[in-house]
Amino acid sequence: MGPLIPQEIITGQWDFVIALLIGGAFGFILESSGFSSSRNIAGVFYGYNFVVLRVFFTAMIVAMVGLLYFSYFGWIDLDLVFVLPTYLNSMLFGGFLMGLGFVIGGFCPGTSYTAVAIGKIDGIVFATGFLIGVFIFAEGFPFYEGFYTANDLGSITIGEMFGVSNELVAFLFVMMAIVAFYVTWLIEKRVRKNMTEYKFE
Amino acid sequence: MDTKTDKKQPRYINPYFGGILLGLLLLATFFIAGRGLSASGAVKLLVVTVVDKVAPAHAEGNAYYSKFIPADGSSPLYNWLIFGAIGTFFGGMLSGAIFGRIKKLRVEHSPKISSTTRLIAAAAGGILFGIGSQFGRGCSSGAALSGTASLSFGGLIVMALMFGIGYVFAWFFRKLWI
Repeated sequence: MGPLIPQEIITGQWDFVIALLIGGAFGFILESSGFSSSRNIAGVFYGYNFVVLRVFFTAMIVAMVGLLYFSYFGWIDLDLVFVLPTYLNSMLFGGFLMGLGFVIGGFCPGTSYTAVAIGKIDGIVFATGFLIGVFIFAEGFPFYEGFYTANDLGSITIGEMFGVSNELVAFLFVMMAIVAFYVTWLIEKRVRKNMTEYKFE
Repeated sequence: MDTKTDKKQPRYINPYFGGILLGLLLLATFFIAGRGLSASGAVKLLVVTVVDKVAPAHAEGNAYYSKFIPADGSSPLYNWLIFGAIGTFFGGMLSGAIFGRIKKLRVEHSPKISSTTRLIAAAAGGILFGIGSQFGRGCSSGAALSGTASLSFGGLIVMALMFGIGYVFAWFFRKLWI
């Protein structure tokens, strides 16, 4: 049955309406979870607010387990679902830069859009910086084109990489998430006791 | 700072409830579109469009820009990712309106740093994220969340690095936040 658009069960003319609605729901969930505030987000690195970890990991395991069940019930053809290809060197470097940008800037692109939407100047500046960063990357592309495509592992899944089933991978992710939820709850309680500067904005 | 801020705390939804909603949305997106959520792709297409308008020959000659310029001459902006990002902005605005968080323009920062420091950090973080997201084939939404949820090994790498490196460098930038 699914995915609907790649199999043309929903035709092209509805694409952009659907994209708007999905994007709208995405922005609504991000903002209502508190991601329009960089101080809420950065709390994950200092132990005073683990909202990022809670929302992110819950969403990830719901979607991951959901996809596997959808496939099991025959509702979705996983071969038609996009698996982000792995370019090892480039993605390690990209992840490194994004980690650095995350702890310095306190936003990621999607959350910065919602910060802009409610009037945060730091969100506007982050989003503008993001745009400049993309421009810098594109201008310099000829210099690292080889690095960008080096070590191409294709659309490899986590299970294939480690030689286990993806069902086991999903199970391990769920277990890790539950442990992380509990441990970070303990950490957060302790850190907040000694913290007076932080309040939600 | 007064200690009675609890009453002024804005109403956020329960993070686990938010996470379940986001997970179901992501699952629905996979089911409908065959791919996940994205945030950085729209900015990439915006940059491509502007450069293509300002310096078309330069854009055609660059292997990165030219990848995203449609061959049929239509605008790169006429794309799923752009509409998704517009939706994200207005969805955030709707939530902000409902929960009373839309206010006049302001800079949010730790009381220990100035607005200027915060803005410099935001700009630097944004630039790093901009460059990193292109090397990483997506940002927190497209690579880390959607990638890992669809069991992509590359998505897992980006997610692990993004959070891992954040923790590694958190100590150096602690003055910005705590």
